Amino acid sequence: MTDWLSPEEWAAVRLSLKVALTAMAASLVPGILVAFLLERGRFWGRQALDVLVHLPLVLPPVVVGYVLLLGFGRRGPIGSVLAEQFGIVFAFRWTGAALACAIMGFPLLVRAVRLSIETVDRKLEDAAGTLGANPAWVFLVVTLPLIMPGIIAGMVLSFAKAMGEFGATITFVSNIPGETQTLPTAIYTLTQVPGGEAGALRLTLASIVISVGALLASEWLARRARRRFFA
Amino acid sequence: MANVSIRDVRKSFGATPVIRGVDVDIQDGEFVILVGPSGCGKSTLLRMIAGLEDITSGDIRIGSRVVNDVPPKDRDIAMVFQSYALYPHMTVAENMAFSLRLKGTSKEEQKRRVQEAAASLGLTPLLDRYPRQLSGGQRQRVAMGRAIVRDPQVFLFDEPLSNLDAKLRVSMRGEIKELHQRLKTTTVYVTHDQIEAMTMADKIVVMHDGVVEQVGAPLDLYDRPANRFVAGFIGSPAMNFIEGRLEENGLALRSGAILPLDMRPAVPIATMLTYGIRPEHLQIAPAGTPETIPATVSVIEPTGSDTTLIVKAEGGNLTVLLRERCALKYGEEIALKPVPFQAHLFDEAGRRIASS
Ligand SMILES: Nc1ncnc2c1ncn2[C@@H]1O[C@H](COP(=O)(O)OP(=O)(O)OP(=O)(O)O)[C@@H](O)[C@H]1O
Ligand SMILES: [Mg+2]
Repeated sequence: MTDWLSPEEWAAVRLSLKVALTAMAASLVPGILVAFLLERGRFWGRQALDVLVHLPLVLPPVVVGYVLLLGFGRRGPIGSVLAEQFGIVFAFRWTGAALACAIMGFPLLVRAVRLSIETVDRKLEDAAGTLGANPAWVFLVVTLPLIMPGIIAGMVLSFAKAMGEFGATITFVSNIPGETQTLPTAIYTLTQVPGGEAGALRLTLASIVISVGALLASEWLARRARRRFFA
Repeated sequence: MANVSIRDVRKSFGATPVIRGVDVDIQDGEFVILVGPSGCGKSTLLRMIAGLEDITSGDIRIGSRVVNDVPPKDRDIAMVFQSYALYPHMTVAENMAFSLRLKGTSKEEQKRRVQEAAASLGLTPLLDRYPRQLSGGQRQRVAMGRAIVRDPQVFLFDEPLSNLDAKLRVSMRGEIKELHQRLKTTTVYVTHDQIEAMTMADKIVVMHDGVVEQVGAPLDLYDRPANRFVAGFIGSPAMNFIEGRLEENGLALRSGAILPLDMRPAVPIATMLTYGIRPEHLQIAPAGTPETIPATVSVIEPTGSDTTLIVKAEGGNLTVLLRERCALKYGEEIALKPVPFQAHLFDEAGRRIASS
């Protein structure tokens, strides 16, 4: 089973999964929060936040990666503080790849969640209030279950984006085997060296398997969530 | 249970005033209906009582407590929405137990109270279903059940029957009334259907454009509307209005006819007045009869039990409701004779004129 891929190739697959799952998990709570702020909030600067969140969708990924390098690099204003105060380093680490992927996938996650918040009937939340629920309860017991399909969709998009992210990752954390070399960068590297075609093909297959698996898993989850509401 | 008192309450959305100074007193255990045309602010006022809309100025009290700044969850109310607002991801039983679950009531107690309410509403066989598996009428009952289980001080209903068909609406009207007689919980009920208001309310509050036009028992509003708006709004088919000028011997109409008045209104001769007469208070007389309104038959609508007649008269349409069947034909010239002591007079501002 394991000799289907070489150890280096396995490392790329494992790293890609780790990076994508980390990126997805880390952006989940902020994503839901931002989606709520943008959908329900009435505050100064809402428009600016909206633009900021959507920038990674419209900017070339290389530009996003370079901005991350400037900001979160070892000498960057944010990177240096994080490294000195908390010992958190992003530059040329897998955590940096996860950060790049999280940011690239963030607008997709926010959009999906936001769409589902928009469809929530506010009367359902109002009713909960009149039945004695405080806002936290209303969110947990009413709103969250209702937007679950949107959250699942957002998570899949975020995961898929992370699995395919190339430009921002390679610009920000380079292409270090075992540390920052994810599936796409590994495939790219293999296509650049003589005799790498077979490896590239194997990794391509692995990538297809993972993507299809993610899609099926999300379909299954979404169907479970939806079955209780509609069907 | 509690009384509800609304004192000079106002509400603006942005710069638009929607509630423009409303005073209403609701007694403990009373069934009060807010009625008025679409957009007059009924739902807004109800949502202010519920705490779902904040109050621009004025006071709302529930019991002895001013609740202006009390969040909905602490007002001890339960609201039933027009759309029912049932939780699609919860069963009927879970929906009904919602308020108890929040209070941390024990599972057995929750079950007992849900079953009790379900039995009284005929919902027992449906407890394990999801809302999407219910008919509109059943959903409506679940929404009421959820409110009943909360056992609040005040029930608030916002047009709970308007999504039901006519027949179901009539039977639910009876059930809600019966429920109120059993529980005796103070109830504020919003509708734009004046028949619902007439048949269910202890007291009706007629609203128009963000103000209260009149408050009173249903038949008081019917018999003594305070102004032309209430007169035209309460009653179906609606009251007829005819313009005329006060003369010594009665009211001079456009057609030249003179209608005798039962009593001399306390206003000067030659004042322009509006004469209001309900469709059931007009009788048919042969054309040319003195002291009647000349009219031409325009539409005849027999319903079986009675006949609605629409006639052209005084430059407009008048409605006549006849208890007996009639042999009139389209285009026939007739005369309308008002039943004595049934007319209402309004001044140019639309206020009722007291008879002297
Ligand atoms: N959130 C809001 N923002 C701005 N205007 C509002 C808002 N809610 C209601 N209004 C306005 O306030 C007025 C009263 O609305 P309300 O819903 O209270 O009317 P209503 O009497 O319940 O009418 P209906 O019988 O159609 O339900 C309307 O003109 C409406 O447009
Ligand atoms: Mg309304």
